[in-house]
Amino acid sequence: MIRERYINFLIGALLLIVPLVALQMDEPFIITLATKAAILALAGVGLNLALGQGGLVSFGHAAYFGIGGYAMGILASHAQDYAPLMEVPFVIEGTNLMPVIWLVAIVASALAALLIGALSLRTSGVYFIMVTLAFGQMFYYFAISWPAYGGEDGLSIYVRNQFPGVNTLDPIQFFGICFVVLMAVLFLVNRLNKSPFGLALNGAHQNEERALTVGINVYRLRLVAFVISGAITGLAGALFADLNRFVSPTMFSWHTSGEIMVFIILGGVARLFGPVAGAAVYILLEHMLGGISEYWQIYLGLILLFVVLFAKGGIVGGLARREVRHDG
Amino acid sequence: MTDSILRVDNICKSFGALKASDGISLDLKPGEIHALIGPNGAGKSTLIKQIAGGLKPDSGKVYFDGRDVSQHSTARRARAGLGRTFQISALAMDFTVLENVVLGAVGQSGSVFQFFRDAMKDTRLLERAYKALDRVELRDLAHVRTSELSHGRRRQLEVAVALTLSPKAFLMDEPMAGMGAEGSQALTGFLEALKAEAPILLVEHDMDAVFALADRISVLVYGKIIATGTVDEIRTNPEVKLAYLGEEDAA
Repeated sequence: MIRERYINFLIGALLLIVPLVALQMDEPFIITLATKAAILALAGVGLNLALGQGGLVSFGHAAYFGIGGYAMGILASHAQDYAPLMEVPFVIEGTNLMPVIWLVAIVASALAALLIGALSLRTSGVYFIMVTLAFGQMFYYFAISWPAYGGEDGLSIYVRNQFPGVNTLDPIQFFGICFVVLMAVLFLVNRLNKSPFGLALNGAHQNEERALTVGINVYRLRLVAFVISGAITGLAGALFADLNRFVSPTMFSWHTSGEIMVFIILGGVARLFGPVAGAAVYILLEHMLGGISEYWQIYLGLILLFVVLFAKGGIVGGLARREVRHDG
Repeated sequence: MTDSILRVDNICKSFGALKASDGISLDLKPGEIHALIGPNGAGKSTLIKQIAGGLKPDSGKVYFDGRDVSQHSTARRARAGLGRTFQISALAMDFTVLENVVLGAVGQSGSVFQFFRDAMKDTRLLERAYKALDRVELRDLAHVRTSELSHGRRRQLEVAVALTLSPKAFLMDEPMAGMGAEGSQALTGFLEALKAEAPILLVEHDMDAVFALADRISVLVYGKIIATGTVDEIRTNPEVKLAYLGEEDAA
């Protein structure tokens, strides 16, 4: 649908222009907000692949977000303490290089998603939601009770990690990194959605029986989607930790899972740029309403209710009106 | 018996005390339409599910294309060439007509794990998809959303999706259900032509269609096949008359 393409472009452009304008006006806080929006959007893009395309309502994506965060926290804390992660049987040093941290975050969260997905995808519907939630909470309580990396207090990293050729301490440059990562992932996810894999995933979501009877192994299909989904959210977790220079068990909590889900519902389920619009609006509301009332989430709840009742496709769907098509 | 494409051997399936399949054996030979009839609750759907793979029999075996497929999943049986259509259309309703057949082609080609090629621009998949659409004369509606199709057209699309698999046998669960007389007649002609390509195991309530189409008929009553034979044999079989056709007359 051509119109949705325009809307997507507009959302992406807005996300880029706002921090650039803020740079001119010397408002680094707004740049940080935009960075946060980009990172949370990425987490949403991950979940949207499972939830939107695959119809797999995971209420435990905080697990991957947290694993990504702790991948960063653990590697960077060892680097700043000059203490290797392990010495036997071979030495593994910590690192403060973002690309390495990202890779570890992606691999670790993908493995977790493989394990959790392999078990939880044997269920469906409400059971699937509950099982994924339970796994997420398992990670939460584990992080709280693991004293080596801060336990309940979390883990502070004093200097932002490095990216070759970029000054990551400069807000606009760090935003640039996050924005480019988000756009790159969106590009890949768009390709994925249009591929035979995406078609099968979406088809199995609409009618599982049909997918099975044309010879598609739906379980394996969904497991792969779930792993990719978890890996993307894990990458977002690593970036989020770097934005705050802090990781804590909160990243694992079901609140986080719920928030990521809210971005998608707000922005448009199964819409490519839905999580981007959703996360941006969420940050905007948090910032504006948060200034008015401590209980700003009441208003968020009302808005969410309105979106669910009256604008089924979320922000992007409401603007584009028509369903997403593969051959559009 | 060796030349049959599909063979069900002494299948039993119970739900609690209810014997839904009570030692059922039947086979499907090349070039034939084998109709399965029986009153409501006779266990037709249960049998079909066990043949297609959605339900595991308590005992007994299913052979397809010379192999024991009893332990194979639905997806695996489909890839082996078992084409299926459903009583209630099982289609991706938000997809276009074309996307539904391309989905079939994706399953058939085993290209599910291709992540970066555009499925709707893949000439190999499209060729197979359009070929199937042409067979059921739905090409003109290729870009229409499936949920906007009439009931009859959905049934045609259902057959087209099954065709993308280039099946060695078809399993059709009431393909005429809910179709008008005209559509039903057109489909009858179509199935007549199709059976040369791949035999059809047909579950159907429409008796006119069954008697017009079927080369052989099996009658299922309370989980047991009480008779198998040609149309004439079944028509004149007293047991069948009593169990099935008599009921029909009374109604």
